[in-house]
Amino acid sequence: MSLSPPSPHSGRASLRRTLALIRKESWQILRDPSAITIGVIMPIILLVLFGYGLSFDLKDLPVAIVADAPSADTADASAAFRLSPWFKVHPVATMPEAEQLMASGAVSAIVRFPASFSRDLARQQGTVQVVVNATDSNTARIAQSYATSAIALWQARARAEAGTSITIPSITLENRLWFNDANTSSWFLVPGLLVLVMTLIGALLTSSVIAREWERGTFEALFATPVRPHEILISKTVPYFVMGMLGLALSVIGSKLLFGVPLRGSLWLLVLISALYLVVSLGMGLVISAATRSQFLANQITILITFLPATMLSGFIFDIRSMPWPVQAITTLLPARYFVSSLQTLFLAGDVWPVILPDAAILTVMAVVFMALATRSTRKRLV
Amino acid sequence: MSPPPLPVVLRGLAKRFVRDTSETVVALDQVSFRAEQNTLTALVGPDGAGKSTLLRILAGLVPPDAGQAEVLGLDVAAAPQAVQNRIGYMPQKFGLYEDLSVQQNLDLYADLHGVPPDQRREIYHSLLTMTALAPFTSRLAGALSGGMKQKLGLACTLVRSPDLLLLDEPTVGVDPLSRRELWDILRHLVHQQGLTVVVSTSYLDEAEFCGHTVVMHQGRVLAEGTPAEITARAAGRVFLASAANGMAARSLQAHLFRHPEVVDAVPEAGSVRVVSTSPAPPQEGLAELALQFSPTEPRFEDGFMVLFRAVAREQHSSAIVLSRPPAAPAGSISVEVRDLVRTFGSFTAVNHVSFQVKRGEIYGLLGPNGAGKSTTFRMLCGLIPATSGTLRVANADLRTARAAARARLGYVAQKFSLYGDLSVDENLDFFATAYGLRGHRKRERIDWAKEQFDLGALSSLASGSLPGGYKQRLAMAAALLHEPDILFLDEATSGADPLARREFWGRITALSEQGVTVIVTTHFMEEAEYCDRLVILDSGRALAEGSPADIRRHGQRSDGRPVTMEDAFIAIVENWRQRQEAS
Repeated sequence: MSLSPPSPHSGRASLRRTLALIRKESWQILRDPSAITIGVIMPIILLVLFGYGLSFDLKDLPVAIVADAPSADTADASAAFRLSPWFKVHPVATMPEAEQLMASGAVSAIVRFPASFSRDLARQQGTVQVVVNATDSNTARIAQSYATSAIALWQARARAEAGTSITIPSITLENRLWFNDANTSSWFLVPGLLVLVMTLIGALLTSSVIAREWERGTFEALFATPVRPHEILISKTVPYFVMGMLGLALSVIGSKLLFGVPLRGSLWLLVLISALYLVVSLGMGLVISAATRSQFLANQITILITFLPATMLSGFIFDIRSMPWPVQAITTLLPARYFVSSLQTLFLAGDVWPVILPDAAILTVMAVVFMALATRSTRKRLV
Repeated sequence: MSPPPLPVVLRGLAKRFVRDTSETVVALDQVSFRAEQNTLTALVGPDGAGKSTLLRILAGLVPPDAGQAEVLGLDVAAAPQAVQNRIGYMPQKFGLYEDLSVQQNLDLYADLHGVPPDQRREIYHSLLTMTALAPFTSRLAGALSGGMKQKLGLACTLVRSPDLLLLDEPTVGVDPLSRRELWDILRHLVHQQGLTVVVSTSYLDEAEFCGHTVVMHQGRVLAEGTPAEITARAAGRVFLASAANGMAARSLQAHLFRHPEVVDAVPEAGSVRVVSTSPAPPQEGLAELALQFSPTEPRFEDGFMVLFRAVAREQHSSAIVLSRPPAAPAGSISVEVRDLVRTFGSFTAVNHVSFQVKRGEIYGLLGPNGAGKSTTFRMLCGLIPATSGTLRVANADLRTARAAARARLGYVAQKFSLYGDLSVDENLDFFATAYGLRGHRKRERIDWAKEQFDLGALSSLASGSLPGGYKQRLAMAAALLHEPDILFLDEATSGADPLARREFWGRITALSEQGVTVIVTTHFMEEAEYCDRLVILDSGRALAEGSPADIRRHGQRSDGRPVTMEDAFIAIVENWRQRQEAS
């Protein structure tokens, strides 16, 4: 037998093997209905679901208004709430009455004008108490901010009418709707959707790919060839990376065309930060897959430790600042948190470097750690 | 120039595994052997002998705990990649990518092995010709038959000529025809192309194709040598026995196998092949049977059994006494199948099959994977409906009275289908309740099953942790709890060692003697000898039916040795395929 293949140690041989594996992986993706479902159909469903189906905009928020000493000023200020489409006003006479309504769930907030309101107003000051039912912290924050803007609107109108400047002590709040001029939550949700798409493709899809080779016994034959572990790893990363970036393009184009979401930051930065997060996700999926060697288990674990946290704890739906501190502490470990923070900044604010640079740095560290773990766990050993 | 190092040199190899249940399993213990250049070496032994572990160590996929493994002059444990660059290894379940085509699988392995593009055309051509896969290059590997998959796996391993070829049970579950073809290819590779091959197998007859055999059992090497040397262990001690009173070969076999002077007894061509413990045939207590013994040539399996019985556990009694034998009169029809058809979409899995089984008969369904055995079986058990045709089991029509029919039959599935994490007692209790047994009757039946199948001492163990032979017993015990008239056994002996298989057939014989009708499927062709009658299935069609002797008459051998069931099977299938092509 005088066939002498080129030395298996040469760089060219290694490149050829890696390309062969990447080609194989791509064929498998194209022939695997579940890969197409997760990679293409799921992002579209999520886009439509989050864009059209899910809305965090509040309308007709039931609110009780109490004036301890009713006057023309309190009536005028109350009208600001009554005329707003966001509130449904229940006028009540006394605070205990209002508290009862709140306790029974009939109203979500109380706006109280204290007895001194008119007097203070005349002295260029004023206090309005806003009590919000914070059982649902998300709604509470929105209610709070709506109330603030209602008062501010009234103040501005009053100022314009009187031609004088009166100051109403503003309720200073972190307002999540700062940059969301139109108050549409799809603007806010659709960018956040990217985190789900990237997690789905990055982690969920790859969590199957190594486990599948173990389950079908294909690794055993592959291992006994000149192939090197890092070649296997690269071949498992590249096709899914490409797929993830296609998912990114799909989501960005979709959010622009369907929902007119602005992209105020730069596109290249968005691509870069998404690529970083995708590598982190891929690394996590590969580590889980290599550790479990079972597709079912790998999928379950991936959903539990990547997909669900990316939905619930990344700040994408629920604001991290309103979480109890132990949960906040946990979120610092989640790569999705840093990605969401950058995404929201890039889409709605712009290239805010003090936000993006630390996020990018942390994601880079995580990407290196997970890829190193994935390399370590891909050894050509059966036991 | 010094001679090239030997392809394989093993010294004192040991390997242990710790199971999930934290018990330690000795996979290999003090294994030493060597394989010479340009030879075909067979690792022979039952499942669990350590063959796969040994091959994986040679392929550098599993590190040994102790001892040294040198492959092509390299220490495998120290330099696995250097070894992997030069060997070809085909695992038991070859890792074909089923969603890639035949050509794509070949390309992948050619790329991985760095086969230069200009040489590929020629290599592919010779591999595809050798494996007869040339017409199927664009077919997905997942859509190939079992035999074709194995041949493709072999082709992928051979895309660049390895210095050593390791094959782990390449013929398991493959039909006899493909099995023969695979062995022809291997012998061609060794003799014409100068390859060195180490192959493991649990089919003892295959060892005869090899130049050197290593007999393994429970991680140890029992013996090694040429097949002739192993065979010689039984020299002068093998006889063909027949009873003057016309006793069925099967019953005589069961009787002789329990005899203390007998190493092995299997039915063969209407008589019983006996390996005696001494050069004289067994005598004690056999006078009233007036047996006639004629000496015969030993074969590999006889020699293997001599080695095996010397170390294997004591055999257990395989007698079963039913507390209430089936009531149906002798000679009545238990199972009747007429013009049975089952289609899945455009695919016809069972194509106009007809047969009848009488009370107390053992009836065999033989055929390669995909022949339609399991589908026929599932219809007989009422698990899937027939597309057309008549199915009567214990006088109940399966189309109209499925429940009534099911109550009369017991079913042992191909895979161990009891609950692995329940204990023996809990499994029996569950199945007894599922069959509608209650109270005193249930306790009585469970006690009977534990006594008959020798399960008493193990009753609190989890079923999943039982040794293979006991699992199979438990499955059979569970299927007999409701005293069925008919027992269906699907591939019940696959994965069992030769002793467990003989015990199993002893039980089946005992059941049939007491009037239970038994229908079995098997891919061990020689087990057809235990059947009263059998049908050969291929591609959903019944090709031949009759007694083992009737079937054997279809076959021919050029070397003058007696025709085996496998020869007959191959002749029948080839004959039919030729007629198909002609028409």
